[in-house]
Amino acid sequence: MLGKLSWAAIPFNEPEAMGASLFIIVGFLVLFALVTWKGWWTYLWREWLTSVDHKRIGVMYVLLALVLLLRGFIDAIMMRSQLAIAAGGAQGYLPPDHYDQIFSAHGTIMIFFMAMPFMIGLMNFVVPLQLGVRDVAFPALNAISFWLTASGALLVNISLVVGEFARTGWLAYPPLSELQFSPGVGVDYYLWALQISGIGTLLAGINMVTTILKLRAPGMTYMRMPVFCWTSLASSLLIVAAFPILTATFGMLLLDRYAGMHFFTNDGGGNCMLYVNLIWAWGHPEVYILILPAFGIFSEVIAAFSGKALFGYRSMVMATMAICVLSFMVWLHHFFTMGAGADVNAVFGIMSMIIAIPTGVKMFNWLFTLYRGRIRYEPPVLWAIGFMVTFVIGGLTGVLLAVPPADFVLHNSLFLVAHFHNVIIGGVLFGAMAGYNYWFPKAFGFTLEPRLGAVSFWCWLVGFYLAFIPLYMLGLLGMTRRMQHYADLSWQPYLIVAEGGALVILCGILATVAQLVVSIRTREQRRDLSGDPWNARTLEWATASPPPAYNFAVLPQVESLDAFWAMKQRGPMPPVESYPAIEMPRRSPNGFVTAFFAVVTGFAMIWHIWWMAILGLACAVVTLLVFGWTERLEDEVSGEQLAADARARARPLEPA
Amino acid sequence: MIARNRRVLAILATLPAACLLASCRQGGILDPQGPVSGAERLILINATAIMLVVVLPVIVLTLAFAWWYRAGNRRAAYAPDWSYSGHVELVVWSIPAMVVILLGAVAWIGSHQLDPARPLRAPLTGPLTGPLTGDSPPLRVEVVSMDWKWLFIYPEQQVASVNQLVVPAGTPVEFVLTSATVMDAFFVPQLGGQIYTMPGMATRLNLLADRPGDYPGLSSNFSGAGFSDMRFMLHAVPPAEFEQWLGRTRGAAPTLDAAAYAHLAAGGSDNSLRTYGAVDPKLFENIVQQTMPVAAAPGNDH
Repeated sequence: MLGKLSWAAIPFNEPEAMGASLFIIVGFLVLFALVTWKGWWTYLWREWLTSVDHKRIGVMYVLLALVLLLRGFIDAIMMRSQLAIAAGGAQGYLPPDHYDQIFSAHGTIMIFFMAMPFMIGLMNFVVPLQLGVRDVAFPALNAISFWLTASGALLVNISLVVGEFARTGWLAYPPLSELQFSPGVGVDYYLWALQISGIGTLLAGINMVTTILKLRAPGMTYMRMPVFCWTSLASSLLIVAAFPILTATFGMLLLDRYAGMHFFTNDGGGNCMLYVNLIWAWGHPEVYILILPAFGIFSEVIAAFSGKALFGYRSMVMATMAICVLSFMVWLHHFFTMGAGADVNAVFGIMSMIIAIPTGVKMFNWLFTLYRGRIRYEPPVLWAIGFMVTFVIGGLTGVLLAVPPADFVLHNSLFLVAHFHNVIIGGVLFGAMAGYNYWFPKAFGFTLEPRLGAVSFWCWLVGFYLAFIPLYMLGLLGMTRRMQHYADLSWQPYLIVAEGGALVILCGILATVAQLVVSIRTREQRRDLSGDPWNARTLEWATASPPPAYNFAVLPQVESLDAFWAMKQRGPMPPVESYPAIEMPRRSPNGFVTAFFAVVTGFAMIWHIWWMAILGLACAVVTLLVFGWTERLEDEVSGEQLAADARARARPLEPA
Repeated sequence: MIARNRRVLAILATLPAACLLASCRQGGILDPQGPVSGAERLILINATAIMLVVVLPVIVLTLAFAWWYRAGNRRAAYAPDWSYSGHVELVVWSIPAMVVILLGAVAWIGSHQLDPARPLRAPLTGPLTGPLTGDSPPLRVEVVSMDWKWLFIYPEQQVASVNQLVVPAGTPVEFVLTSATVMDAFFVPQLGGQIYTMPGMATRLNLLADRPGDYPGLSSNFSGAGFSDMRFMLHAVPPAEFEQWLGRTRGAAPTLDAAAYAHLAAGGSDNSLRTYGAVDPKLFENIVQQTMPVAAAPGNDH
């Protein structure tokens, strides 16, 4: 009846797991009680859970990312603490069974459920506003994308309470991830969580590509699009091209595990090298899916806070699209040590280095945007400059790893671990934080407290260097990744420093939380009525903060790059005589309900509860069909309503 | 903030030197003991130096621009509409392109000279290592990664050892490697690069120890619960001592045949050192061909 599920699945004898489970369950109960007590259910359901507004969905993506950042960071600090003490003969406090789950969960969560939702959330929120349009191309699909991503995140966290997570590393290389070597449900949790969220990501990519290619304000030609739209386009094209590879690869591993097939097994003609190639054919583009939107954010932030147009816009666009194409031609550099011949290794090494050319061009263009600018030091620009300094170091070590003979000695070492944290923290996370500080006033109508924002930045910056410079050194000393304990006592001081760095980063995270709380409490003083608190250049700042559901009552007419800057130069617009009514997509529970059944199906598949899997899948399909036959998909916003909104917005700006 | 920027800059500038100083003479890849690791370290240092020529100025310029063009500095020029310069564009595309051309050449030549499968024959030496001593024929060693231990078979000498590897210093060693279970990687950081061991396949690696010494080795690809203990010691000894070791080992019990191999494979995590005085000559080939019984990973299930 319940497949493999029994009371033995609850880890009663593991205090850390039980503590974490208890924490999650109590947290959920408190949240439920609070929402019920305050009577927020109707509001939550109508305005958020069933919303198809790209802004609301973007905010929910970012919220999901911030919550999962906490979860992934708890994993990180547990690992650092383990390695700070497990030297010589000591085994530390986490046995391999547990430690191996933690590093696998840390990587999986940070990439798929922190970095991805953060970037997709910012794209979702910003791109339609920057394009000067009212929503994405497929608003209802957008909700499905988000809720499927949330479903995956939920499944990963259920694994903490019921069963176990994978003990295979974040990419689950076979044969280790095959049934023969990982018979438990851990790998199944990993696979189903990522299959479900992967579909959501693919749909989000399709949605974003369509939006950018087909929905732009009148006059917004491609070469007038803000750079963030370009990098979002490149990133979304990569999602559309790469995520099907991931789905197919995991599909084959699932067939191996569930149907006794032999794609990657040791026997029956399977070959693990196929998996390693396929997973990196997705995995390397994935790196650029994450970093390209961050590049776009830095371009917007540096230009806005320098009070200057971005230097070399055309170069930026070309560099972005070059990276987009090249990122598919370098996957083999993740396994130079697999024994391919010298020619193959050399070609992929050189291809990887070539990506450094457009990336280097971007770096120089940001540099020349700062040049002769007038830089206002608000938190977003701090993150941007911290990024420029930190990212070039990560770029240097990355190109070093692209030289095959150097990679032979650095591969899988802590040097590699330090490198990818250098580019993911120094690039993606700094970019996400810059975007969060930059666009928060647009989303909520008040600015974030800048001093705590600066404290957060400096803690992250110092903490990053303290945590990862020792890891670079340990890699040079020959320490490999994923060790649960080590014999060489001379490594321990470095790992203690690294733990200290993680604690400094913790202060940065706490400062971000404090910044949010303080900002909400003082929101009346930091209210932004202009809609343009940073004197910025692109169209999202042309509308109110927060924007009305329809973004723009009249779609803006775009005549140049930096359209909003040009509008401000031209002076005030003539008042609009009358507003034609517009139609906006109607809210729909489709995404939430579909995702609920996706969780049911995934959970049932993980535990081999076949009847429940069939039922869940059937319900999900029925939900989609019901939605497909819904007659009324749009609500009209009347011209009077639009005019009233415009008057309400203009009132506080008029001189008294 | 400006003072802090300066401090960050000072830390950054001294970092590479500090890394090198701290890491030398402590084992690891910056303390090479053979021509392969010596050449790999040289490439590492050269490539880093080439890139620092660009990276350091970029860091300095970033901090300098960030400081000088702060909004409060009224002496700084302000050009709000300056956003294009053909000359600057040419330079910013050329600089990274030239660096990559240079590094690409390093990578191409290095990949071929240091191809792990390429036998070590004179002259292969780099400036950091002495020339190969004589034309000593290479020693062949077959390596099998197991859950979780290392098996080393000397096919020509008909002996085998577990978790310790004895080789003559100054003699090239040709490794042929496979795995009995999942993927691992064979890595002796002071002698040269790593190579994956994979079930059903054989990879190749050529290393040489310049002088006698004990060099730690490990698996550098995560393989499950006992992974952290997959360490071994590579003892490079003078040739005469190697012959003595062979003499002591050869003929002594036990023999590594199919039954002994099955017993070893089923044993799970094992740090003990042992030797086998005789080896089934077809054993390694049978492991690669997977005609040996494959043991499920012990202790990895619940």
